[in-house]
Order: sequence, then C-alpha cells, then structure tokens
Amino acid sequence: MRYTKRGRLRFTSHRDIARVFERALRRAEVPMAYSAGFSPHPKVSWVGAAATGVASEAEYVEIALAEVRVVEDVRAALDASLPDGIDLVEAVEAAPGTSFADLVQASRWEIALAAVPLESLQAAVEIFLEKDAIEVERMTKNGRRAFDTRGPVVSMRATKRDDCAILHLVVQHVTPAVRPDDVLSGLRSVSDLATPVPPAATRLSQGPLTADGEVGDPLAPGNPGATRQVDEAAGSL
Amino acid sequence: MPGESLFSRLEQLLPQVSKPIQYVGGELNSTVKPWEDAAVRWCLMYPDAYEVGLPNQGVMILYEVLNEVPDVLCERTYSVWPDLAKLMRENGVPQVTVDAHRAVRDFDVLGVSFSTELGYTNMLEALDLAGIPLHAADRDESHPIVLAGGHAAFNPEPIARFIDAAVLGDGEQAVLEMTEILRRTKAEGLNRHDTLLELAKTGGVYVPRFYDVDYLEDGRIRRVAPNHPDVPWRVAKRTVMDLDEWPYPKQPLVPLAETVHERMSVEIFRGCTRGCRFCQAGMITRPVRERSITGIGDMVKAGLEATGYEEVGLLSLSSADHSEIGDIAKGLADRYEGTQTSLSLPSTRVDAFNIDLAQELTRGGRRSGLTFAPEGGSERLRKVINKMVTKQDLIDTVTAAYSQGWRQVKLYFMCGLPTETDEDVLEIAEMAREVIRAGRQATGTRDVKCTVSIGGFVPKPHTPFQWAAQADPSVIDARLKLLRDAIREDKSTAKAIGYRYHDGKPGQVEGLLSRGDRRIGAVIEEVWRQGGIMDGWSEHFSYDRWMQACTTTGVDVDWYTTRERDELEVLPWDHLDSGLDKEWLWSDWQDALAETDLDDCRWIPCFDCGVCPQLGTEIQVGPTGKKLLPLSVV
Repeated sequence: MRYTKRGRLRFTSHRDIARVFERALRRAEVPMAYSAGFSPHPKVSWVGAAATGVASEAEYVEIALAEVRVVEDVRAALDASLPDGIDLVEAVEAAPGTSFADLVQASRWEIALAAVPLESLQAAVEIFLEKDAIEVERMTKNGRRAFDTRGPVVSMRATKRDDCAILHLVVQHVTPAVRPDDVLSGLRSVSDLATPVPPAATRLSQGPLTADGEVGDPLAPGNPGATRQVDEAAGSL
Repeated sequence: MPGESLFSRLEQLLPQVSKPIQYVGGELNSTVKPWEDAAVRWCLMYPDAYEVGLPNQGVMILYEVLNEVPDVLCERTYSVWPDLAKLMRENGVPQVTVDAHRAVRDFDVLGVSFSTELGYTNMLEALDLAGIPLHAADRDESHPIVLAGGHAAFNPEPIARFIDAAVLGDGEQAVLEMTEILRRTKAEGLNRHDTLLELAKTGGVYVPRFYDVDYLEDGRIRRVAPNHPDVPWRVAKRTVMDLDEWPYPKQPLVPLAETVHERMSVEIFRGCTRGCRFCQAGMITRPVRERSITGIGDMVKAGLEATGYEEVGLLSLSSADHSEIGDIAKGLADRYEGTQTSLSLPSTRVDAFNIDLAQELTRGGRRSGLTFAPEGGSERLRKVINKMVTKQDLIDTVTAAYSQGWRQVKLYFMCGLPTETDEDVLEIAEMAREVIRAGRQATGTRDVKCTVSIGGFVPKPHTPFQWAAQADPSVIDARLKLLRDAIREDKSTAKAIGYRYHDGKPGQVEGLLSRGDRRIGAVIEEVWRQGGIMDGWSEHFSYDRWMQACTTTGVDVDWYTTRERDELEVLPWDHLDSGLDKEWLWSDWQDALAETDLDDCRWIPCFDCGVCPQLGTEIQVGPTGKKLLPLSVV
C-alpha cells in the first residue's frame, strides 16, 4: 500500500505512524494476520520511512490478512479510518514470495527553500554537481559519522514556484541513509547557500531506479514484487 | 484577530524541536469549532507535558461535555518543553491550544487541572507564554478567568494569587453551570470583578479574592473570612451522583504521539470507602458512586469502536471493590475472548478474590506481574494507616498468584508514615523474603521475583493525617538505605527482590505545596523566575532551587512540613468544604495514633465522616443483578 504523510502529519515519527496504523486497522475491522507467540502482533512491515518532519507522497507498508478480501475495499475502509494527512492512496495484492523492499532503490525529493534566491540555489547546485564527493557529518544511532552526500545523488536541479525556490533531487537509497537534509548540508558546505527558514522536504516517489535516472513505480504491473489486483479482477471491478 | 490559528507561525519552529507531533493536535475524536459561533470559550490545560496530560481522564471528560453544548467551544493546551518555549519567546509565538492553535489568552476561561501540586510552576510558565499576567490582580476584562480544578484544588491557597477561581470535586456539572453564568455575564457586559462575584455567590466556585486571611503573631492562621456580604463562608465541593448519566468520555481522544497510557480507561466507580488515612483521593471523592455493570459494558464497547485501542483499563480507586466486579470481569472477558483486546484492573486489594479477577481478565493472555499495596511494613503501622491487611493475607495472596502462573509480584509501600520507626520499615525486607519463599514453594522453581517499591509519605489536606508531622527527608533517606541493606543482607533471596525507591527531597517540596497557605505563592513564583518548571520530572526538579527560593522569600520549610498541628489550629483549607466533618477527621487521627482500625463503611451503616448526610444520600452501590450479554455478531 502507498500512503502519504501530508501537512502537519509530517511531524509524526515512524513509531507514531506504526501506532496510528495499528489502531486504524482495528477500528476498520481489517482481518489482520497475527504473529504467533506470547504477545501476538498484527503482521505489518514497513519500507523506508521518511524522517520526522519530512512530508511524503510515497510511503509504503505491507500488511498480511487472515482472510482474502477485495483489496480496494480494505484500502477504502482503512483510509477512512486514518487521520487526514495519512492517506492510503494505492493498494495492490503482493505476489507471494517476493521482497518489496528490494524494489525500492531510490527516492525523488522536492525541497521548498523559502527566502532563498533562486540564483544562489542554482549556483550552489552547479558547484555540488561538479564535485565527485562531498563529505558531511551527522549524528547516527552509532554516534557521529561522516559520509558522502554527492555519490548517491543521481540528479539535482533548482526551480521556482510561487516565489519559493525548489530543489529537485533523485537520491539512491544507501547505508547510512542520505536524507534530504544531508544533501542540504552538503550544498551548504561547498557554497555560501543560507537557509533562513527551515527547509520543507517532500518525498514525491520511491521505487526502482530506471536506466535514465528516474524513479519507477514499485506497484506498477510487471514489477516482480506486486501484481495489481485491479488487473486480475478487472472484469468484476 | 482573536481566535485565529497561529499554526503557520508555530510550524516554522517545529522542525527544530524534539517530538514535534505533540504540538500539532489532530487527535482522533478531537473537536474544532468555529470561533465566532461560540458564546463561551473554554481552554483546558493539563499542566504537564502532552505525553502525560493527554490521557488525563478529567480533561478528556470536560472537553467532551463542553463541546457537546452547541454554542460552547472547548480546546486543550499542555505544557511545552523548554526547547520549544525558548523558540516561542524568541519568535513572539504565544501559548496556543493543540486543537485549532488559537492563542490561550483569547479564551474566556483557562481551566487548569491539577492532579499534583508539582504542576504549579508549569501553570506560571504557561501563563507567561500566553501573555496573561501571572497575578490575578493584574488581569482585566481582556484576559481569561484562570480556574483551578483537580485534587490539588482542594487546597488552592498556595496558588491563590495566580488563579481567579477554583472548583472542588467533580467538574461535569460545574463547568456547565459556570458556562451558563458566563453566557449571562458576557451578554450583560459585566466587568471582571462582578463576573467573579456571580461565580462566587453560587457557593460552588471559590474565588480567593473574596476571602481575606488573617494571621496570628506566631504565623498560624487566625481566620479566613469573606470580604463581601454575598459570598458564603465556606465553598462546597461538587459531586456527580449518577455516573450512568455521565458516560464520558464517550469518544476518548486517541493521540498520534506516544503517551504514558497507551490504553483506554473506563471509570467504574468514584469514591472509596476503604478509609486509608493517608489517601487524599479516598477522602475527598466520597461517597462511593458506582457505574452499573451494563453502563460499563456499553462504555467499553463504544470506546473500543471509537478508538481502536487494544487495552481497556477499568479505572477507580480500588476497582476490585465494585459490588459486581466478578460479573463485570467475567462478562467482559467472555465478550472479548479471542479479539486481541486485553483488560486490566489496577489491582491493589490484597486478597484471593483479586487473584480470581486477575485470572479472569488475563484469560489466555500474558501473566507478567501483579501489584499489591500493603503501604505499611508492619502490622502495627498498617493499623495506624487503616490499611487492614495482615502479613498472612499477603502471603496467601501471593502464593495464589504464583501458583496461578504469575512470576512477578510488585509491592508498594510508603516511608515516613506517622509514628513510624526504623523497625516498621525493616519489616518490609522480611515480608519480601517471605513472599519469595512462598513463591518458590508454590511453584517449585526459583524463577519468582518480587519488587519492593517505596516512596516518602506526604500528609495531605482533608485527610486524618492533615495534622501530622511530615518526616524530614534525611529520616526518609536513612530508612530507605537501612531497608536496602536489609534486603541485600539475606543472600538466599537478595537477587529475587528488586528495590525501587524515591528519595525524600521531592516529597518535602510536595508537602510544602500540599499544606501550604497563601504565603507559599511567593516561593512558587520565585522558583519559576529562577527557571523552575516540569517539577514532576526528576531531570528538571531541583530541590536546591526550591530551598533557595524559601530562603529568599523568608519561608520556613520545616514549619510547614515537619510541624505537627494541634486540634484547634485553623488550617489554610478549612473554608473549603470537602464534605468531611473536621471533628470526624480529628477523631480518626486520634484513632490512628491509638492504632485503632476502622471498618469499611460500604458494608456497615455509618454516617460518621459527614459526607452522606450533607449530600442527603447514602453511598450508591449496586448490585443491579444484571449480566453482560454477548455482543451480537456484526
């Protein structure tokens, strides 16, 4: 299932989202499969969650049901039960025995940079793209770590919308994760770019990295991880 | 513009603070109403962090009760953490509600619910952030009426200078009646003084400015008297008699953020008749009023459907005492068997019946730990506090628990109780050892654990111990250390006994605030001015800051805490009527000192404490004889 993290709901952490989902599943009376054991948990698995404060149009979650259901019915019921801003926009039936996580190789991002002149952003982008590697540091779970922010950036360009400079990025998923704010740190470290207002990042999509450097749809027919139930059951829908 | 959303300004600050989700609102079952359509606008505050405040039942109930009135609007606000408070001050963003992010200062009433006195500095912080003058005397018609409620409001004298009014007891009817008065005073354009006078005249709202306190030369209170002919000498507490008429919260709030209680609660009765002499809640919430078994069943069902919670807590001061608790437990366990819904009962009763109940509620589920509260270490001390549990009761009960599959037992105690000696406290170690031995024998394994949890006793207003000398922190800390050593001494059980304790210093500050008078307001204000907030959090609480503030303001902490009061002393809260007869409280205090215990008035005819005759009622207990029927299959 693809879901969004829009508006003020972008301030949810991944733990918050997981809890909100579990309760919505119960309210919507989705017949969940539970794990075995002493304290059974509904079977829910998450893929690449956006950080707290980052908005997203493309987060993914897989759930396992105890009964066969029409996918669209489950999606609609669950969506109605989720808070506005966490919207379930798409659901397909997973093909058995495949790993969805392997399909998700890169993300397309958009970062709104209010009060930043487009020209200085464009200049910073030019310098960034000329470099082979740009090292920044960030606190991770394992302490302070230095990593390269240039390598995973597949593409980067600057535009303007409603008087606000916008940075467009395609970034590969690597370990440790290179997040939009890491790329901004990289930009700032090689240029005199200043961001007086907190930047607002949104993930527009995530999925397989195509040969032309774009991000594909991981739920699209033909991808090994998923088959659209709408296609299989087109006649009945 | 009053009532406008300030979210876009707050939003700019949120990426820079920890756990921003706690400030954005949007909880399931929350309500946002148009500002202009509302005749009376309430803002309710729980003066602690969101994660503690959101699950508070009192705020949740009143929020829903008020919002059900078509032209009344109610929103919530909680304490903000220092990281956000700093940014708000730098950027001129005031304290706002979480619902529609409206400025708190724009509301008609700011109702603050105090479960504990340790929230007082947080109220000052919120008032300051809101741009509301700290002192009631400095406010004008443009500011909200600052109203205190909750258990600490039974002695609001230490915060008298900061609040405009206080309500004692149950809030459901009180907030609606206040709303009607405010609807009228606003329409008539009354000024602040006259509006507060209208509230005070009802006799159910305490307005400190209409009462003067005179002191004797030795510092004790000479008298507290009204300074206006229309206000009564004493202000009465509020009591909701029929809980089935008030099945709130009907739509419990479900937060996006993580909180301290990740479950839904259903209050199964109010009040308590056990008569534990240390327990303020048990005294001030009398009489007992039960919710019916069918009312409980309906609330559990509706609440689970509205929330999606996995756990339901059956809430009260002593839940196993509900007259139909057996049928309630069985009925709910039957209804929710196999649905991944778990039920819990705050279990403090020490008898075998409690084990049967716990067994019913954990049918097929986890049996991790059971909690019991003997409170006092020795038989003698338990007579003093009127907690009538013998050591044999406890051993029998834990033996039953261990044999039924529980492996861990938690025991709660207090230290520093009146008349307590080192020997009383040391008996706790022996009790814990016997619990372990009984557990090992019952299970045939060494895989049993017992945790002793102990904290300092704080004497509270409106209890038989309101006259008692509080133990000095040094006495408490010394006894806690003796107990720790005694537990460690016996190597055969030491590893099976866990030991958790709270040191005596925060308890002394709580004691100062609990039994303080109006002169303590200066201390609270000084502590806040020196940066004191979030006093309920050990990482923020500073004992030294409180003691320094006492020195600065000339307040003798010992005089307020470790001094025993005599029968005739005017206590700061004597003009506030909890329904309890002061003479009865005194005689119960004398019985305590004589180590005489008292029967539970639930089962014997008794009107001694004064609550029932005054309210013209008897305690409201079942049984209804009804049973919970299985839920029909949808």
